[in-house]
Amino acid sequence: MDSNSLYYSLELVAGSGSTLNVEQRTALQTSLVILKKNYKFHRVLFWGKILGLKEDYFIAQGKGEDELQDKKNLYSFNCMDWFLLPPATESMIEKASKIKSRFIGDPSYVYEHIEIRRQGERDDTTEEVVTKVNEESRLAVTVHQIDDEASVVPRGAFVKSPHGLVQMNRSFGGLSHSEARKLDNFFHFSEAKNLKKKSILEMGDLNPAIDFLDVLSDDIPKGSWSLQLECASKVCVLRSLLWLGLSFYHVPMTPQHGYIYIGDGIKNLDLPFML
Amino acid sequence: MESEDSRRLQSAASLKAFLLKSSTESHLNLYDHLTGLLLKVMDEHPPNVVDVIEDMSRDVKRAVLEEQQSSLRELPETSAAELLAEQQRSLFSRPEDADQEDELMETPLPNVSELGFYLEQAGVGLGREETQRLFLALKQLVESQVLLHCRLWGKILGTESSYIVAEAEYREGEEEEEPSLDEDEAEPETEDTETDPLPQSTYKPLPEVPKEALGTGANKYVYYVCKEPGLPWVKLPSVSPAQITAARQIRKFFTGRLDNPVVSYPPFPGNEANYLRAQIARISAGTQVSPQGFFQAGEEEGDEEDTSPRDSYEANPDFEGLPVAEMAETLSSWVHHVQHILQQGRCTWVNLAAKPGEDPNEEGEAEEKEEEPDEPEPEVGPPLLTPLSQDAEMFSTPPWTSKVSSTLTSQHAVAVLRSNLWPGSCAYACGKKFENIYVGWGLKYAGEGYSPPVPPLPQKEYPSGPEITEALDPSLEEEQVLKEALEEQQAAQEELQDSGDEAEEDDD
Repeated sequence: MDSNSLYYSLELVAGSGSTLNVEQRTALQTSLVILKKNYKFHRVLFWGKILGLKEDYFIAQGKGEDELQDKKNLYSFNCMDWFLLPPATESMIEKASKIKSRFIGDPSYVYEHIEIRRQGERDDTTEEVVTKVNEESRLAVTVHQIDDEASVVPRGAFVKSPHGLVQMNRSFGGLSHSEARKLDNFFHFSEAKNLKKKSILEMGDLNPAIDFLDVLSDDIPKGSWSLQLECASKVCVLRSLLWLGLSFYHVPMTPQHGYIYIGDGIKNLDLPFML
Repeated sequence: MESEDSRRLQSAASLKAFLLKSSTESHLNLYDHLTGLLLKVMDEHPPNVVDVIEDMSRDVKRAVLEEQQSSLRELPETSAAELLAEQQRSLFSRPEDADQEDELMETPLPNVSELGFYLEQAGVGLGREETQRLFLALKQLVESQVLLHCRLWGKILGTESSYIVAEAEYREGEEEEEPSLDEDEAEPETEDTETDPLPQSTYKPLPEVPKEALGTGANKYVYYVCKEPGLPWVKLPSVSPAQITAARQIRKFFTGRLDNPVVSYPPFPGNEANYLRAQIARISAGTQVSPQGFFQAGEEEGDEEDTSPRDSYEANPDFEGLPVAEMAETLSSWVHHVQHILQQGRCTWVNLAAKPGEDPNEEGEAEEKEEEPDEPEPEVGPPLLTPLSQDAEMFSTPPWTSKVSSTLTSQHAVAVLRSNLWPGSCAYACGKKFENIYVGWGLKYAGEGYSPPVPPLPQKEYPSGPEITEALDPSLEEEQVLKEALEEQQAAQEELQDSGDEAEEDDD
């Protein structure tokens, strides 16, 4: 959710139940501007909030020249003092995916995950593999995963130049009312994984400048997105059922769109049972 | 000279008349066409006009035809937004005969705007305009139904649409219409006794736990739901213990349609409306809290030998609000004010093994006389108004998270309590005011993962009896022995008969 549009777009996603306090909103308006200046970001987004048992983390994201690649995540407790999160590496992702309990709220807390592995067939000795994960790196991994799997943008909002640079499309007028009801017109805002698997026939219809991201309707399992019209049917809201707490809003026929995550930062692995 | 002018004028007039003559085919005339063409040249001032004049002429001719109106009328399409706006318009209408006096009396309508303000401080909310629409929708509900007490319970999100839930208490004397149950399986089937009767199943389903009466226990309040404020409110049916026990074992999203069947294992007895009601009951029992001292226990009814839990509470008139810092720090300053639901699915325990018609006082004697199977242990839950510090942890997470809404202006802050067991449930307290609300998906925190219960082992279908049990075939020696024994017996019998005949002959 762009920091410029924060003051009105929070009302549009409030249908999920979580908003920000007026105090937090005003603090964000001030601190995000300072953040943009200090880090020389092109755009600053308020990414969301991860609720912990003792404290909540406020997450902001700064974007550089390329919207898809240059991203930096920051966290804060009081919406004023921001700390940089390390970028998520493969080893960090692997370790942190084993922890499935709630976030505590203390970035220096260390989780211990004990896995019991048997040492081959002959030996009876069991080896205990203890994985230690810092909460800060777990936070970085969670933010990265949510962005990877659940970020949403409407079709046409971003264009890819022939050099590979992804930028905002300034002539995006918004999806029409009928287009906004179909899940085909929404993309994941992360590196495309399914694009290469499409057949040549399907690729013929696509516009390479706009359709360079994965479509939401290709997500497995089907039905993991809930599309609704809210606020007296004027706003189209998408909610993810895989990461409970992620809401995306778009007002049809206007270029207003954005997504925010307010939740406990745990992936909903029971989704196939629940549909 | 004059004749030349007049001749010239005359020829001009006849030329003009010729130009005004309408064509037999297209009913246009050159005079009007040239006028239109020159007007167009005047308006547009195209470059190199003499080169494009033929195209312009053709365009002017075409434009004449387009002016004719199409015979199709435009059908105005009503979009979903317009339909909803029409329905929500009724929210804003004020009945003409509303007396001013009515507004001075105590109204069951809660002050939702105030609720929205405090909840926004706590970080929970539905947006200002939406809260206002909810307020008006609740007012509609209160006016249409005769309600003693009404409260906004919260919002449950679904995959296709969401539910807004309101909690209400009926005025005394209202009764619910029980749906009539058809009893089909009561009569035993009469079968032919000539053919072998089919084996009867010995499966006896467990006796059904009876529902709690309206106004007590899990059915203390009545709940109304609607999809969007402005749409009509639907009353949810009361909940039965079987539904609560099934809801405890399944994990399903709501779709937003009340008549949707809930397909799950173990099978849920009912459709989505019943599942919704069961989850609402569980959430209320688990997370409705109030500051300590706000409610006090109801009147005690004489001596109580049986430990029936207190189920009544009254607002304490002497309640002085607790300071916000204290409310946020210790959990013991909050208490539950809704009864806990027991394992059985009810709030008051019912002994299913007791035979109907016996006095509870005589149970002790009856036990000694008859050898009944072991009496089930009565289930006891925590009594009403227990502080939250006694809530059990689940999956190593503390059950509640409390904080103060603002650290910068803590003099006027609000104490906020969030539940970790039912994510989405929130309570706030500020001085003498407090309120609970739930906005979420209607699911309990399941820890590491949910694993559905395994189906039970298949049951023996037929009773084992002598006709079906296998027996060992007798060996050869045993058969020989039996044969010899039989022959001896027969020989003995014949001898007896012969002697009998001889005796008869002798007698004669």
